[in-house]
Amino acid sequence: MSTVAVEVTPTLPEVHYLNADYGWRSWLFTTDHKRIAWLYLFAITGFFAVGGLMATLMRLNLVEPQGALMEPASYNKLFTAHGLIMIFFFLAPSIPTVLGNFLIPIMIGARDVAFPKLNLLSWYIFMLAGSVFMLAVIRGGVDTGWTLYTPLSTTYANGHVLSAAVGIFISGFSSILTGLNFMVTIHKMRAPGMTWFRLPLFIWSLYATSVIFVLAMPVIAITLALIALERVFHVGIFDPALGGDPILFQHLFWFFGHPEVYILILPSMGVISELVAAGCRKRVFGYSFVAFSSVAIAAISFMVWGLHMFLTGQSVYAGFVFSALSFAVAIPSAIKVFNWTATMHKASVSYDAPMLYAIGFIGLFTIGGLTGLFLASLGTDVHLHDTYFVVAHFHYVMVGGAIMGYLGGLHLWWPKMTGKLYPEAWARFACLLVFAGFNLTFGPQFILGYLGMPRRYAVYPPEFQVLNVMSSAGASILAVGYFIPLVYFTWSAFKGPVAGPNPWGAKGLEWTIPSPPPTNNFDVTPIVTQEAYAYGHEEAHVG
Amino acid sequence: MWHSFPFHPPQASTLAVEWDYLYFFLTALTIFFAGLIFAAVFYFAIKYRRREKNEVPPQYEGNLLLELTWTIIPSLICVFIFIWSAHLFMRASTPPANATEVFVVGKQWMWKVQHPEGPREINELHVPVNEPVKLTMTSEDVIHDFGVPAFRIKRDVVPGMYSTEWFEATQTGQYHLFCDQFCGMGHPTMVGSIFVMSHEDYSRWLTSQLNSKPMFASGELLYTQLGCNTCHTPDGKPGVPPLRGLYGSQVKLQNGKTVTADDAYLRESILGPEAIVGYPPTMPTYQGQMNEEEVLQLIAYIKSLGSPGERKATQQ
Repeated sequence: MSTVAVEVTPTLPEVHYLNADYGWRSWLFTTDHKRIAWLYLFAITGFFAVGGLMATLMRLNLVEPQGALMEPASYNKLFTAHGLIMIFFFLAPSIPTVLGNFLIPIMIGARDVAFPKLNLLSWYIFMLAGSVFMLAVIRGGVDTGWTLYTPLSTTYANGHVLSAAVGIFISGFSSILTGLNFMVTIHKMRAPGMTWFRLPLFIWSLYATSVIFVLAMPVIAITLALIALERVFHVGIFDPALGGDPILFQHLFWFFGHPEVYILILPSMGVISELVAAGCRKRVFGYSFVAFSSVAIAAISFMVWGLHMFLTGQSVYAGFVFSALSFAVAIPSAIKVFNWTATMHKASVSYDAPMLYAIGFIGLFTIGGLTGLFLASLGTDVHLHDTYFVVAHFHYVMVGGAIMGYLGGLHLWWPKMTGKLYPEAWARFACLLVFAGFNLTFGPQFILGYLGMPRRYAVYPPEFQVLNVMSSAGASILAVGYFIPLVYFTWSAFKGPVAGPNPWGAKGLEWTIPSPPPTNNFDVTPIVTQEAYAYGHEEAHVG
Repeated sequence: MWHSFPFHPPQASTLAVEWDYLYFFLTALTIFFAGLIFAAVFYFAIKYRRREKNEVPPQYEGNLLLELTWTIIPSLICVFIFIWSAHLFMRASTPPANATEVFVVGKQWMWKVQHPEGPREINELHVPVNEPVKLTMTSEDVIHDFGVPAFRIKRDVVPGMYSTEWFEATQTGQYHLFCDQFCGMGHPTMVGSIFVMSHEDYSRWLTSQLNSKPMFASGELLYTQLGCNTCHTPDGKPGVPPLRGLYGSQVKLQNGKTVTADDAYLRESILGPEAIVGYPPTMPTYQGQMNEEEVLQLIAYIKSLGSPGERKATQQ
């Protein structure tokens, strides 16, 4: 067994990207990818708080079968806004725009992304989109569900469908530009010697995500434009009363929607590969299988949209094809889980918060993935479709998976982003709270769905109450678990102990430069001579 | 609040039994594989925990044989589940030929039910036990979904088209009917009850609804009120296709297609007629002039005029 660097008391570098420049202009007009990551971090934390508050109100309402807090009309607006905010304004941007922005150039040995100004423009477009959308929510909201099914959204809904749609429409352009920027960066900006198969797996997964951003976002933009055409000018596209086809909308929506699901989870899978490697001090088992499974997921994700439409009047035979393809997309995800688990074999497993989040992710994502089989399978979907089983399944993937990955990544790279350490004991405690609270919130919902409780019900038959109360109790624990990191991260940014360049003894270019990094990342362009995760080798890639 | 704390929905149809077998199999599979992963993760996390701050474990690459194993075995399991579930889905999507028909129209926010014998119900459906029942459903406005957890059935009810589902109830009793597709403000109130009754109770219930006309009779009334009879006589006349024996026959359209004159075709032809080979396209559209329930009644009337086999029988 070899050992990692000898300990010296770390000190902060004198000049780094955070103190290189002061004043609001230096932040709002910055083109530094690291500062833009912070701009996104603040914005999406705000959206997460709003979306989370809405979830809290919903869970409170469901404590009583007849609704403890509000009328169904308000409840409907809450779950619509919760879904749209969490998907378009928190989950989709979360890992790509915060961790991706911060890390992609550093991990590949570049000084910035390929188009720094475009990167800043993406943030402004995102903020414009968010403002337009929040205005729609404040002015009275939308009650169509995040899926905006027609003809409900085009003819019957009274809410501010149009302005909400405009907000989402704009946000798509931010995602497209970010995806484009990342793709060009990964293709053209890699340091000498950084070949494709030396890239950290995080980069592979963000590359796959970027491809989906660029291909899927235009589809939702077109679909929203068609909704606007029908709603404003009564052009018959989706409403049969006007000569349209309501199922056409679902084809378009899910052709975007299912790839979108992988936009939300792929980046998190990339983070988990990094967390497992750093937490085990070991090369990720089956590197190329993990890398290619990201690409396979991105490719197959465009061919499975009909799995959301087994019961909508789509032909039975189309159902067969989509079901088979949905099983096919499950295999690469399973491969990833097996490889992460195998990486822990004969490793040096750390119990620090990032690794705990990774272990939590593996557990929750496994459940989320396996319960997806119930819904990909035609026969069982007949009963489980549109029940709480679906709600539980996608929260296991989106919250248990994507958010665990995001939080784990924040913990791993927080010392790099701020130069400070967070309090480890608090972080472990919060991670356990999140894990326990999450399972108590969404575990009972699997049973609720099996019993037949439909989703999107503000009131429900009394026999479902016990499970709903359990779920709401879990949600309150989960909320505390999310709040604690907010407090200690804020504390740590100001008062935390100095981290030093590589507090984890981890491998990767980001750990070879000071924490926080200088504005230019690398004083000299590094030359890479090793594969990713070359644990047990001396640092050989400093130029 | 503890008075009822179910872990199973009632198992009250033939499909429910078959459905539960697949569900329990998938649940067992989930528990097995999740357990396997959890066990491995916990075992490795404890056995290989970091013992020294600076230790670096021995490194090794992947293993092709292992990768192939955990790709091929899950794939085979998926193929097995796919075949089983596709078979179940096919059965759930194919109503038996001898099924009793009931017609459902969804509307914000209620379920309107018509029995061919005449009775009409709102948010309730009375059916006999041990008899297959086929529901033909459509919507007046947005997409709804007719779901009965106790029967493990569910199908979207889409405006502008007919969707069908079927069940054979095996237990008498009262069961939940839910709208499962979000349909606007009153969505959670678009609920009702399915009453499964013994044959005696069901016939008693039917006869207690004596004030109602059979669907085909209401359809016949509409047929004269709307003036269909000015052109369409049951046996047809020059330039107008006959209605007798139309239901279930093959119809050649001027766009070259041949279609079966089923419920969906008749609905289309009443609301927005397509020209049939050999006849001038003179029929006006009836879109917007009648509601979905009336369309169903007209179809019931056309159906009462017999299918092609019966037409031949009467001509001989």
